[in-house]
Amino acid sequence: MSAKRITVLALVVAVVAVLAALPLFVKKDSTINLACLVLLYVALASSWNILGGYAGQTNLGHAAFFGLGTLVARFTWLGGWPLWAALLAGACVPVIFALIIGAPAFRLKGAYFAIGTLALAQVLYVTVANKWPLITSLPARYLATYRLMPRYYLFLAVAVFTVGVAYFLVKSRLGLGLMAVREEEDAAESLGVSGLRHKLLAFGVSAFLAGLAGGAFAFYHVGYYPQFPFSPAWTFDTMMAVYIGGTGTVVGPIIGAVFYVLVKELLALKVVEAHLIIFGILFILVVLFLPGGLLEAWSKIRSALGSRAKSRKAALPAG
Amino acid sequence: MLAPIAQNLAFGILVGGLYGIAAVGLSLVFGVTRFLNVSHGELLMLGGYAGFWLYTLYHVDPFVGLPIVVLLMVVLGVILYKLLFAGMVKYPEETKVKNTLLVGFGLGLVLQNVALRLWTADDRGITTTYSSRVISLAGVRFPLVRVASFLIALIVLFALHQFLQRTYTGKAIRATVQDWEAATLMAIDVQKVYLLTFVLGTALAGMAGALVSVGYSIQPNMGLEWTLITLIVMVLGGLGSIMGTFVAGVVLGVAQSLTSFWLGGAFREIVALTLFLLVLILRPQGLFGVKEG
Repeated sequence: MSAKRITVLALVVAVVAVLAALPLFVKKDSTINLACLVLLYVALASSWNILGGYAGQTNLGHAAFFGLGTLVARFTWLGGWPLWAALLAGACVPVIFALIIGAPAFRLKGAYFAIGTLALAQVLYVTVANKWPLITSLPARYLATYRLMPRYYLFLAVAVFTVGVAYFLVKSRLGLGLMAVREEEDAAESLGVSGLRHKLLAFGVSAFLAGLAGGAFAFYHVGYYPQFPFSPAWTFDTMMAVYIGGTGTVVGPIIGAVFYVLVKELLALKVVEAHLIIFGILFILVVLFLPGGLLEAWSKIRSALGSRAKSRKAALPAG
Repeated sequence: MLAPIAQNLAFGILVGGLYGIAAVGLSLVFGVTRFLNVSHGELLMLGGYAGFWLYTLYHVDPFVGLPIVVLLMVVLGVILYKLLFAGMVKYPEETKVKNTLLVGFGLGLVLQNVALRLWTADDRGITTTYSSRVISLAGVRFPLVRVASFLIALIVLFALHQFLQRTYTGKAIRATVQDWEAATLMAIDVQKVYLLTFVLGTALAGMAGALVSVGYSIQPNMGLEWTLITLIVMVLGGLGSIMGTFVAGVVLGVAQSLTSFWLGGAFREIVALTLFLLVLILRPQGLFGVKEG
C-alpha cells in the first residue's frame, strides 16, 4: 500500500520536474504554446470533474466561470492591479455566480442544474459580446516586456494546483460526502451528509479553479474578444476531455485533456473543423459503451491480459 | 407611444407561438420518457434546413412542404431513438436524465458541425412571393407568414391535445407519464410509447424549425440558443404540461420583445435567465404546473 503510494509520488514529482524543465530543452515557441494549451485543458477538465465527476452534477456552462475569470483578471490586471490580486479576483467572482445559480437549482433534482448553468453561460456570452464588442489587446508597455516563460509556468502552477486540489478533495471527508451524494442522495442525507451543502461547496471550488484558469488565460493571451472565453466551445471541449479520459477520477481528466488537445491539433492539420464531428461521435460512444473512458479501457485491457497470463500459468501444471 | 408597444407585443406573441410549439415537443419527451434531449435545438435546425432545401432545390412551397419535413423528421427520430436512446429506458430516472443529456449534447455537436459542412455558416431563410405581405390591424402590422405560422402552431397543438385526450395511444402516453410501472401492468407497451413520444418530439422540433426558416432565419449554430429557449419555456410552463408550455412560450416571446423595446436588445437574453431563476425560486412547479406529490 505504502509502496504504491511512494511510486505514485515519485511519478508525480518526475512528471512535474520534466514539465518544469521543458523550456530548457524546447526552444520552439509553438511547442511551448501547445504545452500551455494542454495545461489549460488539464486545469479546466480537472475543475469540471470536481462537480461533474465526483458530485455527478452535469455543468453545461463551465465556460461561464472560465470566462468570468478571464474578464475580471484581465481588466483588473490591465487596470494596474498586481498579477496575484487580479488572479485572485478572477477566481473569486465566478464563485459568486456559481452560488446564484447553484443555490436555487440544487434545491431541485434532475434537469434544473444543467438548464441553469447552460442559461448562465449563454446569457453571459451574449451580454459580454454586447457590452465589450472590441478586442482586448495588451498595451504597448506590456507587449514590450511580454515573455512566454512566465505564462508557461503560470499555466503549470494552475494545472498542478487544480489537480492537487482535486486529489486532496477526493481523500477528504468532503470528497467522500460528494460521492455518497452522487450515488444515493437520500441515503447520504439519512446519514447526515447534506446534499445541498456538498454540491454547493463542490460547485464553488470548481468555479474558483475555472476562474483561476481564466486568469492565467487573461495573462497569457495577447489579444482576444472578451466574449471568446465565454464561448460554449470551452464547455464542450472540457466535457469531452473529461469523459474521454474517465470521469470521477483524478487521472482521467489529465489523460483526457492531453489526448484531446493533441489529437485535435493533429486533426486540425489534416481536416479542418472535422475534429468536432469525430470527437462528438467519440463522446457519444464513451457515454453509451465505456462510461469510464480511456482509463476503463486501459484497466479492461490490463485485466484481460492479466487473466490470460494467469490462466496460462494455471494451465501449465495440468498440461 | 402605444403603437410601438402594441407592435412589439404582436411580434412577441408571434415568435412566442414558435417557442411554444418547439418546447411542447421537448416537454412531451421529457415528461413521458425523462429523456432530456439537449439536441432539441439542433433537431429544430435540421427541420429548418429540410424546409429550406425543399424550397430552393425542388421549389416546394414552405407551407405545402411542411408535411414532408415532418415525415423526414419522423424517420430521423426513429433512427436516433433506435441508435442512441433505446438503451436508456432501463436506467433509473436520475441516470436517464444525465445520460440522455450527455448523449444529446454529443449529438448536438455532431449535427451542428455536419450542418456547417453541408450548408455553410451563412444565415438562410425562405423568401416566397408572399413573404413581404402584411396584415395591418389598427396600426399594428402582422407579417402574413408569421401569422400563418402561429396559426399552424395553434392547430397542431389543438390536434395534439385531442390526440392525447381521446385516442387510446394518447391515453397510454398519459398513463406512462403518471406511472410507467402501473402502465406496464396495464399491458401498455412502454417501449413503444417511448419511441412514439420521442418521434413526436422530433417531428414537432422539425416543424418548428421549418416555420422559423419561413418567418425568420436559420444558421447551423442556432441549435444551442433554441435548446436553451425550449428548456426554459419547458421549466416556465411546468414540466410535462402541454398547454402550460405553449402559453409559457408566448410569455417568453412577449417578455423578450418588450424588454428589448424598453431596455435595448442587449437585455433580451437576460430575460430568459431571470424568468428561469424566478420560477426556480418562487414556483418550481412552473407557472402553470401542478405541484407533484
